[in-house]
Amino acid sequence: MLLIKCPFCGPRPELEFSYGGEAHIARPQDPMSLDDEAWTEYLYIRSNPRGVHAERWRHINGCGRFFNARRNTISDEILETYMIGGSPAPVSEEKDRSPKGGAV
Amino acid sequence: MKRFSAFSLVRAALSGQSTWPRQWRSPEPKPSYDVVIVGGGGHGLATAFYLAERYGVRNVAVVEKGWIGGGNTGRNTTIIRSNYLFDESARLYDHALKLWEGLSNALNYNVMYSPRGVLMLAHNIHDVQSFKRHVHANRLNGIDNEWLSPQECKEYCPPLNVGGEMRYPILGAALQRRGGTARHDAVAWGYARAADARGVDIIENCEVTGIRRAASGHVEGIETTRGYIRANKVGVAAAGNTSVVMGMAGIRLPLESFPLQALVSEPVKPVFPCVVMSNTIHAYISQSDKGELVIGAGTDAYTSYSQRGALHIANHTLDAICELAPMFRRLRMLRNWGGVVDVTPDRSPIIAKTPVPGLYLNCGWGTGGFKATPGSGDVFAWTIARNEPHPINAPFTIERFREGVMIDEAAAAAVAH
Repeated sequence: MLLIKCPFCGPRPELEFSYGGEAHIARPQDPMSLDDEAWTEYLYIRSNPRGVHAERWRHINGCGRFFNARRNTISDEILETYMIGGSPAPVSEEKDRSPKGGAV
Repeated sequence: MKRFSAFSLVRAALSGQSTWPRQWRSPEPKPSYDVVIVGGGGHGLATAFYLAERYGVRNVAVVEKGWIGGGNTGRNTTIIRSNYLFDESARLYDHALKLWEGLSNALNYNVMYSPRGVLMLAHNIHDVQSFKRHVHANRLNGIDNEWLSPQECKEYCPPLNVGGEMRYPILGAALQRRGGTARHDAVAWGYARAADARGVDIIENCEVTGIRRAASGHVEGIETTRGYIRANKVGVAAAGNTSVVMGMAGIRLPLESFPLQALVSEPVKPVFPCVVMSNTIHAYISQSDKGELVIGAGTDAYTSYSQRGALHIANHTLDAICELAPMFRRLRMLRNWGGVVDVTPDRSPIIAKTPVPGLYLNCGWGTGGFKATPGSGDVFAWTIARNEPHPINAPFTIERFREGVMIDEAAAAAVAH
């Protein structure tokens, strides 16, 4: 189980949270102008990286608020959490490396 | 390949069974192949086997970054069934089921396919209606599936608790008698051995690091940790790592990778005669021939490549199983593990050509790929050999997400399965 740091409440167990999928996928401003390719990209295509992933979480059994996190999908280590609408801290090579060198 | 038979077993017994050769060679990669399959799991090995056996393509290599049987093929709960709702899925999974029935003979390897019946439990009115609809749809497709009352469930599987005191009582079940289990390791080993005997090179500990393309865009070969391998056709069957491999060819996919867990108990005498699944309370259980209860849990909520799931997910499943079969409450769990599964938005696989000429894709099996192994390998081999999809896998394209022609087994069952 992950220990997740809610930016509003502090560190809490994963059971208090719900996962909201990949972050920074903006809802189209003008949906009528989108073609099929753009809709597919928005609705279905995901980056699914083996490495650092920006994702949304919601502290649903706590303050109820959404926030973003950056997590290493190889080690599951959460590198940072930050506000919706915010941007992550500059990427640090040292922190983003998997503890096992990525060969998990 | 030294064939297994009663005679060869008796003869080898005279020398203490010490005369058997390696089950498959460990070759150095050749500079060039007609077809390279990326991923030495069940689906990749089956593809190579059917390419050589049925479609006359024998200059084939399977590259595997780990070892044969070390990935999801050796990390699942081995459930086999074909009672899917939609016509497209029913055709695909029943094609596989028919191949399972003759697989041990085809491979000359005992994969221990055991059609002991798969019981899918219904716990509420929605389940009952949905499963009865499945039963009718399956029978229209010529696939056996029948409805059992709670009392009939109890007769078919005596350990089940069909009393009314449960939080989610058993209101009945759909039973597919041809469904069952197979020994997952034997499936990997059997396909590897049979493919090897037909000339396929199985190259273990060989990770793909790049896909090289000609100026025309056509695939030329793959870069690996054991050097460059030329190939005009590359088939990718990389399960949880598909997004990473296809990213090397610049293709983004409608996939997310999640850890899926399984666990086994200490071995006990035969007590559990069939496979029981419950989508509603998330429990999947059968008993292996060694006597362990083999238990499947759900996926974690978040994408991950970690090959281990969270403890509370396994706990949740054990709660459900103790309620379904109270006699297991004192059983101890021996070990648990996780595999990384690639999930599509409609929970149906992709077996198709890709926008890159010469690059073929078999992925998106999510939490239920083992049961499809032989069928998936056969139609994928057809697709690669003839450069066009088999009628069975023609609907399972990447483009269905753009065109809106989903095969929505997610909505049909309401959970991952």
